Amino acid sequence: MGVPGVEAAERAEPGGNGYVGRSLKRKEDPRLITGRAAYVDDMTLPRMLYAAIVRSPEAHARIVSIDTTAAREQPGVEAVFTGEDLTDLAAPCPMVWSPPGVEVHVPDHWPLARDKVGYVGQPVAVVLGHDKYGVVDAAEQVIVEYDPLPVVVDPESALEEGAPIIHDEFGTNKVFEWSLSGGDVEGAFRDADVVIERRVVNHRTAGAAIEPRGVLAEWRHGKLTLWTSTQIPHICRVILSIQLGLDEHNIRVVAPDVGGGFGSKLQVYGEEVLACWCARKLGRPVKWTATRSEEMATTHHGRDQIDYVRIGAKRDGTVTGIHAKIIQDCGAYHLIEGPVIPTFSACVMGGCYKFDAIQTDIVGVFTNKFTTDAIRGAGRPEATHMIELTMDELAAELDMDPLELRRKNFIDEFPSERPHGFIYDSGDYHGTLDRCLEMLDLEAFRREQAELRERGIYRGVGFSTYVEICGLGPSRALGPEGWGMQGGYFESAHVRVHPTGSITVYTGTSPHGQGHETGFAQIVADRLGVTPDAVDLIYGDTHTGPFGKNTYGSRSLAVGGEAIARAAEKVQDKAKRIVAHQLEAAPEDIELVGGRFQVRGSPDKAMTLAQVAGEAYIPADLPEGMEAGLDETCFYDPSNFVWPFGAHACISEVDVETGRVDVVRYIAVDDCGPAINPLLIDGQIHGGIVHALGQALYEQVVYDADGQLVTGTLVDYALPSAADVPNFDTDRTETPTPTNTLGVKGVGEAATIACSPAVVGSVLDALRPLGVTELNMPLTPMRVWQAIQEAEGRGGGPAETEQGRELGEQGGGAAGSGPTAPPEGGAS
Amino acid sequence: MSATVSGETAETTHAITVTLNRQERSAEVEPRLLLVHFLRGTLGLTGTHVGCDTTSCGACTVLLDGKPIKSCTFLAVQADGREVTTVEGLVRDGGLHPIQEGFKEEHGLQCGFCTPGMMLTATALLAENPNPSEEEIRWALSGNVCRCTGYQNIVKAVQWAAAKMAEEGR
Repeated sequence: MGVPGVEAAERAEPGGNGYVGRSLKRKEDPRLITGRAAYVDDMTLPRMLYAAIVRSPEAHARIVSIDTTAAREQPGVEAVFTGEDLTDLAAPCPMVWSPPGVEVHVPDHWPLARDKVGYVGQPVAVVLGHDKYGVVDAAEQVIVEYDPLPVVVDPESALEEGAPIIHDEFGTNKVFEWSLSGGDVEGAFRDADVVIERRVVNHRTAGAAIEPRGVLAEWRHGKLTLWTSTQIPHICRVILSIQLGLDEHNIRVVAPDVGGGFGSKLQVYGEEVLACWCARKLGRPVKWTATRSEEMATTHHGRDQIDYVRIGAKRDGTVTGIHAKIIQDCGAYHLIEGPVIPTFSACVMGGCYKFDAIQTDIVGVFTNKFTTDAIRGAGRPEATHMIELTMDELAAELDMDPLELRRKNFIDEFPSERPHGFIYDSGDYHGTLDRCLEMLDLEAFRREQAELRERGIYRGVGFSTYVEICGLGPSRALGPEGWGMQGGYFESAHVRVHPTGSITVYTGTSPHGQGHETGFAQIVADRLGVTPDAVDLIYGDTHTGPFGKNTYGSRSLAVGGEAIARAAEKVQDKAKRIVAHQLEAAPEDIELVGGRFQVRGSPDKAMTLAQVAGEAYIPADLPEGMEAGLDETCFYDPSNFVWPFGAHACISEVDVETGRVDVVRYIAVDDCGPAINPLLIDGQIHGGIVHALGQALYEQVVYDADGQLVTGTLVDYALPSAADVPNFDTDRTETPTPTNTLGVKGVGEAATIACSPAVVGSVLDALRPLGVTELNMPLTPMRVWQAIQEAEGRGGGPAETEQGRELGEQGGGAAGSGPTAPPEGGAS
Repeated sequence: MSATVSGETAETTHAITVTLNRQERSAEVEPRLLLVHFLRGTLGLTGTHVGCDTTSCGACTVLLDGKPIKSCTFLAVQADGREVTTVEGLVRDGGLHPIQEGFKEEHGLQCGFCTPGMMLTATALLAENPNPSEEEIRWALSGNVCRCTGYQNIVKAVQWAAAKMAEEGR
């Protein structure tokens, strides 16, 4: 394509039965709808022990003493361990982001605390015993004496002189500082006629997969098996190897059915290491399953950025530059990659727009809270949120239509090299916005809006035109010499045709709800002339198939699916050579039509895949020099990321008396390239919207000033229910990426990345006549009501009370802001 | 009822009999045993899941005498003498229940963890209201949380099942 870094993949016609592109029903469903799935907690092993974990009630404290005597004496208890027992671990949790030339502070993070605790919920001891309830009773008998230390929970305060230092060895709470920039940023702002500046708080959220984390570890004859609710079994094995000091061939990690991840299971948690250590120590299987409270406190959180963003523009609306300073609340310790998350914000800091200068400065900060890391979208929702809302403000400042401003600045030539070094692969930003507006009928809405306002009903519309980076990713960009991730980001696939022609595919990806068994089978079926039923997908087990890099960052299809397509193409090539040999034709004359490998122009001369497989496995008459078997592997490392995009519109109604927001209509037009299975895409878009809508309106992880987690259950942390959300109008455009042969991008995070600014923008549009121009999420009734009061200069209400101010700071807490609760919200 | 004394704590177990998925099942249980752990642990029926422990998420929903309850905050002893239906009991005569078919047909599930509870709540709704509106479905399901689907296809799945059941005259 003439642009360095973008190597166009040669696209082959599948030539099979046309399953790709069809909304096939899922192969996964039968076991899931009959109660026959196997999640980790569904499994038991003979002689298995249950584990219960003793956790710190203090956010920051020295451990003075731990007395386990009483716990050990409880009936059925086999053992109690503390941090002192685990000193034979080979290494603490490795944090895999180490960008060249940047100092990143990584405190030792052990599965059980040593000497000191840094957040509420930190494990300090583990009790193992025969009975699920008995170990919980015994855990209460472990007596831990703490010497509390000063606590810091606000990241900006944590950076101030004199703040309590969480890790003495660093002498600062700063984790790292680094920048990604390109273009003449200073010049861009100097030359701008208008500069809009904003402070945007993108608050802390939970992944909140409905299946809590769980582990089951077994040690048998010097070999370890860990069943774990994870998105990353292969990566988990590497990290277990490092921490336990065991060779990888002695470790098997299995991700069985996994009940949702959303990034929260893109992690290797201390409990995974701990269960393995205990199983090895005791020679017995060990199971631990998180309660929801443990899940809320100690499954990594997401977002938690404070963003200072400025956009410069000419009077005619031409944008000149964007600069963001991101303060990332890392929590007290890292897990495997938290500090890299804002770098994903930096990648898309220019959004869909022709900024010639882009700069993102990132500061990571320790606080006495739990770790933040990747949650659905991971950095890109934060970027999109600040860019889109600031673009709206710029439009208001310039008295321009916000969509006209967007269109004026849309990137419209692809591939497009951005000033900070990234290359957008393909796009049609006007196309998705056109389609979105067609579905919306903006003029009709504006008429309706004006009429309703006459009657005191406030409705508004908000837009988000987004681009995201996914399909992680080119190893050379992400890896040690690029951003400094200590790993490769290829994906593996192995396509095995059996002697009678059915097919097993091994993928290095590790699905947990996405539907890979169905979508990947469609890809293989078309390439080998069989039905998807004849294709079985094996995943999530490090003892089967090649090493893989698993599922996150919307990479499974664009990297893993492409690897499968390429492995299947290799099988097809070999099959064609076998057929050509058998039918005395040239391999280039063999075509795959309707499930048959036939000689071009002589359709009666043909073989099925089963016949080909028979020849391959009874190799009496193969072409000269050909090996037996029909079995191929591919390791695919993409040449670029993929860049899905789209346009979302939200219409919401605000009750100005109570501050309650209802989403009335939501339109999503997304482009993730050609669809493999449209049904699966719609499912990802629907779920992605609700995930972000939850953040925009209801969800918030709240810690109080002492570092106590206020939102420790799903009573306090308000996930959207079916009654909180409308149906969504969705459509797609299909702009293929030149980067892979399927032309596909990713879709798992797209809607979550897009949605929140559309929701907030709709509320601001509704309330602009009242003078409300700025709102931070979540838009709880309390927060919206207060904003209206402040804008109207009336004051009063709960904001005047101590409690009211506190609630206002926290967005009214997360609790009960859905329709099933009183409109006051009410964190209590 | 039997009673044993060990150490300082008195442990009492209760004999209970539950009609589970149309079959009588009896067991000696601790009074504090939750119904969900009775189902999953004592009886080994793992189709009923635990998502939250606070009656919030609905993953553990089962039918008690036909009404949906959250079995994570209900004691096994409370189910004594009563009828409990779990996801394993939805299949009849070897065939899928229309609600199961509906979830598959309309892509009403992704990870599947909330699905058993969702289907049982939906089944109870349809028993009471064979032709619910979209709003009625959304309200009926509002005690069951799904993080994957955004609910749209779950609503369609329930509508699909309602239509199928009307057609079959159930």
